[in-house]
Amino acid sequence: MRVEVDQPRCVASGQCVLLAPEVFDQDDDGIVELLESDPEPRHHDDVRESAAVCPAAAIRLTER
Amino acid sequence: MAQPQADTAVELPHHPSPRAAGCPFDPPPALRSLPSDQPLSRVRIWDGSSPWLVTRYEQLRRLLGDPRVSADATLPGYPHRTPATKASDETRRTFLTMDDPDHARLRRMVTAPFAVRKMEALRPAVQRIVDDLIDAMLAGPKPVDLVQEFALPVPSLVICELLGVPYADHDFFQRNTKVVVDRTSTPEQVLDCLGTLTDYLEELLSEKAARPADDLLSVLATEPVATGEMTRRRAAETGVLLLGAGHETTANMIALGTLALLLNPDQLALLRDAENPGTAAGAVEELLRYLTIAHSGRRRVALEDIELDGQTIRAGEGLIFANDIANRDPEAFAGDADRLDLTRDSRRHVAFGFGVHQCLGQPLARVELQVVYGTLYSRIPTLALATDVDRLEFKHQGLVYGVHELPVTW
Repeated sequence: MRVEVDQPRCVASGQCVLLAPEVFDQDDDGIVELLESDPEPRHHDDVRESAAVCPAAAIRLTER
Repeated sequence: MAQPQADTAVELPHHPSPRAAGCPFDPPPALRSLPSDQPLSRVRIWDGSSPWLVTRYEQLRRLLGDPRVSADATLPGYPHRTPATKASDETRRTFLTMDDPDHARLRRMVTAPFAVRKMEALRPAVQRIVDDLIDAMLAGPKPVDLVQEFALPVPSLVICELLGVPYADHDFFQRNTKVVVDRTSTPEQVLDCLGTLTDYLEELLSEKAARPADDLLSVLATEPVATGEMTRRRAAETGVLLLGAGHETTANMIALGTLALLLNPDQLALLRDAENPGTAAGAVEELLRYLTIAHSGRRRVALEDIELDGQTIRAGEGLIFANDIANRDPEAFAGDADRLDLTRDSRRHVAFGFGVHQCLGQPLARVELQVVYGTLYSRIPTLALATDVDRLEFKHQGLVYGVHELPVTW
């Protein structure tokens, strides 16, 4: 799985950080920061859920 | 097939519509039973216009994430909630009724305090507030009105702390906010209360500019307002929005959520007897979904023609997004979506809206509700309704749904 984030789209809802704190973080303004673009398989479900709940579609996944 | 036109000859269901007697938590039946063979239906609103009502979960998410759908309340065709919100939306502009890039620029000025890690750091303070209020309730006479003694003070104390508003002024701002969120208030009443609140916040911003503290009003006063990026009046209007949304919504979630749990004792027992600290977090999501207190629907207007599953939304047509009905969509939630089930995975609910305007305060609401639901029923295990449920008055006329008073005993 490859993860990309689109910071200009992010609206700081923070749900990705709650769901997958090993993969996503927030900067001082609450904007998403990607910690791991190639997360371990044990995080994949949480990352998929993060992308599904992201209100601004700021998380892009490529499954491989 | 021709679409129904916006004329008065067609008999359309009215929005908002009444809930069914005896079902205080279920969305209005007249709007839930709209034809299911088409994704969108027309409804009639207060000004005689007939915007589209979006009730299906998938279509709601798709359209609220579509840049051709605008939140600009000054555009013709925008379906205003009431004459009063029309008057206030057309004179007071906050990021709530703007599109990007203005929306994103202004919203980002106030997102910092709501970051998840800052919310987690706030959790012990929220826990202290909740514990102190429960101590006071237990030490006093009973029955009590849970709204006044607990549901309103918890989020009011927290948002005051976060913004830097003196809690001593809570009677003043709660009284004014109550008028603003009442659908029966006149435009004059609402504009008057909003003006009073804005004057008050503007005064506080001046004080913060002179003596900054560790709070959001100080950040606004010393950064965007000081650099001229934002006028002090606009910052004050944003402050009014955060102060109002920060206490009114959560207060209703606490009181209405408690009522829903008292009427579903098996579910209440799950929370009360929980040993896993994650139980409250899941319960909060399910209660947010089930109750959807922001029940007056998100409002938008189409900027272009939009094709949606065989129907066409024309440029300039209004859209109302019924989050309450979408959150009961059987295709989106497993099992019986009309049942309160705290073990359900409800994280994909749209109680906070969807798209770039999704609720800014949701990380704060989550922490507050997790602490409240995780504490109140275990500390007062015999908590019980001190009146007949039929005697309770619900906020049918509110922009936010809830219960006016909740007499409880133990």
